Amino acid sequence: MSASKPRIATTSLAGCFGCHMSLLDIDRRILQLAELVEFDRSPINDFKTFGDRRCAIGLIEGGCCNEENVETLRDFRKHCDLLISVGDCATMGGIPAMRNTVPLEACFAEAYLDGPTVYNPSGKIPGDAELPLILDRVYPCHEVVKMDYHLPGCPPSADTLWAALVALLTDKPVELPYPLLKYD
Amino acid sequence: MEHMEQYSITIDGRTLTAWEGQTIMEAAHDAGIYVPHLCYLRGLVPFGSCRVCTVKADGRFVSACTQPVTPKMTIENDSEELLDLRRSLIEMLFVEGNHFCMFCEKSGNCELQAIAYRLGISAPRHDYQFPERRLDASHPDIFLDMNRCILCARCVRASRDLDGKGCFDFVGRGRGRRIAVNAEARLSDTVVDVTDEAIDVCPVGAILKKRVGFKVPIGRRTYDLEPIGSDLEARRRPRAAAPTGGAS
Ligand code: SF4
Ligand code: SF4
Repeated sequence: MSASKPRIATTSLAGCFGCHMSLLDIDRRILQLAELVEFDRSPINDFKTFGDRRCAIGLIEGGCCNEENVETLRDFRKHCDLLISVGDCATMGGIPAMRNTVPLEACFAEAYLDGPTVYNPSGKIPGDAELPLILDRVYPCHEVVKMDYHLPGCPPSADTLWAALVALLTDKPVELPYPLLKYD
Repeated sequence: MEHMEQYSITIDGRTLTAWEGQTIMEAAHDAGIYVPHLCYLRGLVPFGSCRVCTVKADGRFVSACTQPVTPKMTIENDSEELLDLRRSLIEMLFVEGNHFCMFCEKSGNCELQAIAYRLGISAPRHDYQFPERRLDASHPDIFLDMNRCILCARCVRASRDLDGKGCFDFVGRGRGRRIAVNAEARLSDTVVDVTDEAIDVCPVGAILKKRVGFKVPIGRRTYDLEPIGSDLEARRRPRAAAPTGGAS
């Protein structure tokens, strides 16, 4: 019957994987989730590309801090019917966005040249072509592609994620009870 | 209170008694009706800057904190139109500053955040601006973090009118408008004291007391479980017993 199950994909962009940990925090309900859905591209199963069927839901942790994040996010938008910003980083940039008020050059200098714990005898800033180019600032997901829902929180609680997923999978509106909408 | 006229007004179809000279905010408050607000604080001269308390009185948009009641006034407070207008205002305040709630000591006790929760805002419709703002940690007992200031002027009014010191005021215009301290450079050069009213009135985490931090853990704070305004709504009485106000 797995062919008829809705598919879920997840990814972590400029995030800390805390939101994915929160998803695992639904504890035994993860068995119920496994009954309801099939996991597509996700760090949970380590599938790195999308399968050949569309996904019903894409969960995005983290905002966009480099070109690879943007590419991944656009790929998710292409393959998923509903795209959800999960957590504060996806919703507003979060901790990585603290660099947004500092010029990029100063950020690089602090990270690779002048920081108190830096050991870099070559005095070079990494610039290998393999490395994704960093963006001028960190962008919330909805400033890059259209996002359908936002679940803020650092991270959103397991109950919040569960409530939203159950609502979406049963075609109900996502209406979080008051204690489940939090920014901290 | 002698010879004070009583007016009959309606808010969202509910008839209540208001007193001559009261603002809409005061009349609503007496009746246990919550009108969301940020710059307004009982005991301070109304300032009317945040517009979050915008209501429709006899068909016109007015700020409830500054508009006096008139006889038979018909007021809309809880309509979808007004809720969305307020949502938009709150969202603008979020994108115009740097609000990192995940590490803000005020989180859970913050009135801006609490109104956003109450209005069900999950993300702003406007793009984030990430402005460059100052942090002043010079004072031994007080932080001043302009990343979170929403220019409500509560500190200005409290320091001037309640503390009699005038430690804070606005400088600049338009987008450049900001709070400055009444000294050459830093907060530590002013006569401000941690026991001043001005330190307690800040609705957000822009003025914080040092060494308080997360003494009350996240999850057990004022607005973690109950929306802002619920305490007022729980006290809802059928009729106003006595007028409030007189601060202005
Ligand atoms: S002041 Fe309020 S809204 Fe701003 S970061 Fe702190 S808790 Fe969040
Ligand atoms: S510092 Fe606080 S009280 Fe003063 S204007 Fe800013 S937000 Fe209002």
